Amino acid sequence: MAKVIIPTPLRKFTSNLGTIDTNGGTVKENIGSLAEQFPDLKKHIFDENGDIRKFVRIYLGDEDINVLEKENTKVLQDSVISIIPAIAGGSN
Amino acid sequence: MLIVNKGAYQAMTNHAEETFPNECVGFFYGKENDHREIIVSREVKNSKDGDQKRRFEVDPFDYLQAEKFAEKNSLTLLGIYHSHPNHPARPSEHDLKQAVLFFSYIIISVMEGATDKVTSWQLNIHTDQFEEEGIEIKELDKV
Repeated sequence: MAKVIIPTPLRKFTSNLGTIDTNGGTVKENIGSLAEQFPDLKKHIFDENGDIRKFVRIYLGDEDINVLEKENTKVLQDSVISIIPAIAGGSN
Repeated sequence: MLIVNKGAYQAMTNHAEETFPNECVGFFYGKENDHREIIVSREVKNSKDGDQKRRFEVDPFDYLQAEKFAEKNSLTLLGIYHSHPNHPARPSEHDLKQAVLFFSYIIISVMEGATDKVTSWQLNIHTDQFEEEGIEIKELDKV
């Protein structure tokens, strides 16, 4: 079972849990397993096409999955997946 | 209401002034009780490519470290501060577009290098608009 670290802003959708055990052989399957357990979380991670939202980044350990095999990155039993909200802004 | 430890408040405004005329950014941590209490703040590198005078961005890896810091110190990551150099302490459209639920957003207006005004805002989950929250500065126990 892999673990998914939930960012603080999304913990209100996971009963305030910061770490969730998930199943699956890839990042996509594990995030899907997470969304099945906490359906309210789904719209904050996936867009209407079922793709990971533009403002959400996923890390496997300390690596961005975009430099690995993206959503198809393989996940091991002891892998740690982190969901990271994009943080940006500024005055006009 | 946001209760901000005096030391954290000074650290954030100092950071904003030192970074002028560019925008600074950082995280703050504390406890969520009846009110939000900010105990400590930590600077983060503004990783925005291009015009840092009116934009900031946090590298995802730095965000990951911020969550780890909160967990290690039994604190809650409560939000983000950033500065508006020579602009008012009000969220811009760009701030709103990028805003994340739950977090408090402290904005420090720095006019010609000196702190002018500090405000804090939270996204309303129902309206998707920012709402201002009051700030009270107090001496709090540090971690």
